[in-house]
Amino acid sequence: MSTPNFVPKTVYVTYIASTAEKVWAALTSAEFTRQYFFGRSIELEPKVGGTFILRMPDGRVDVQGRVVAYDPPRKLSVTWRVEWIEEMRKLPECLVTYEVEALDGGVRLTMTEAHQWDVPDAILSGGRMGWPAILSSLKSLLETGKPLVVKLEPPKEMLEAVKRAVS
Amino acid sequence: MSSDLTFVYVTYIATTPEKLWQALTDGAFTQQYWFGTRIESDWRVGSRVIFRRDEAVSDSGEVLEYMPPRRLSYTWHVDFHEEFAREKPSRVTFELEPMGSAVKLTIVHDDFEPGSKVFVAVSGGWPKVLASLKSFLESGHALALTSLEAKKLAQEEAIAQAQRGAASAQSRR
Repeated sequence: MSTPNFVPKTVYVTYIASTAEKVWAALTSAEFTRQYFFGRSIELEPKVGGTFILRMPDGRVDVQGRVVAYDPPRKLSVTWRVEWIEEMRKLPECLVTYEVEALDGGVRLTMTEAHQWDVPDAILSGGRMGWPAILSSLKSLLETGKPLVVKLEPPKEMLEAVKRAVS
Repeated sequence: MSSDLTFVYVTYIATTPEKLWQALTDGAFTQQYWFGTRIESDWRVGSRVIFRRDEAVSDSGEVLEYMPPRRLSYTWHVDFHEEFAREKPSRVTFELEPMGSAVKLTIVHDDFEPGSKVFVAVSGGWPKVLASLKSFLESGHALALTSLEAKKLAQEEAIAQAQRGAASAQSRR
């Protein structure tokens, strides 16, 4: 699947004292994501075209999509549609890509959220708030064995902007 | 003349605002995670801020805001590189906010001149520095990425030098 129409809107880079294989496992296995991704479990069919789901602790689907790139331990790209907030189901899906680059002494992890429409900043604010918390917690988990405890709610401005966009 | 170039980065660190504040303002701490860079200032508004690496001043600025342990702002002028030193000072602002078991650290680096090369350089640099700061406060170990990159560069330079040496030895023959 080619994705030429997706334009990167949010990029987050961090460096982790770990190996590419461990970071890859933390990104793609539910046992890890449950600990740092606000309790979400990842379900990933490990091939291009496979299904991708992030499931909430109560069993509801938070996000679902398809695998667009699967190149362990370097690159995972999935389409991303938020399901748990009803209005967000009507938005065009976005594309989330993780790139893992092994360095001497650690790993560079880059998350890119790309969109295929002229998405307002207010809608982007959800990811811009969430990703730093999620990826900071992932880094803590891999380096210290303990994830962070940070509680965040979806920003009001995002929810209002989503309603305007789909009405 | 100023531009709307703005670098924003957020990270969450399992520490207290007081410890994070010290890590940002005390040279004995910055030296450990900021790849050898020592920050120096008396932290009065209007005072000089100096970044020292291997005794040389790499960057300098002026304290704009000092409100421990919540908000810190200073101007930023790059001294160590001629191309960067030509640019007017930009501005760095740190905000610290307790969140659950962690502190949310927001850094905004702005007030660059249009087409700023410093903006490009710091956009690549801050994630490394802040990742190392987080590691240092949480695990006691800063990241050693830059020194290892530098090691690779030094190795490449040594190889290049050896090749130049071999070439000049050949040309002397």
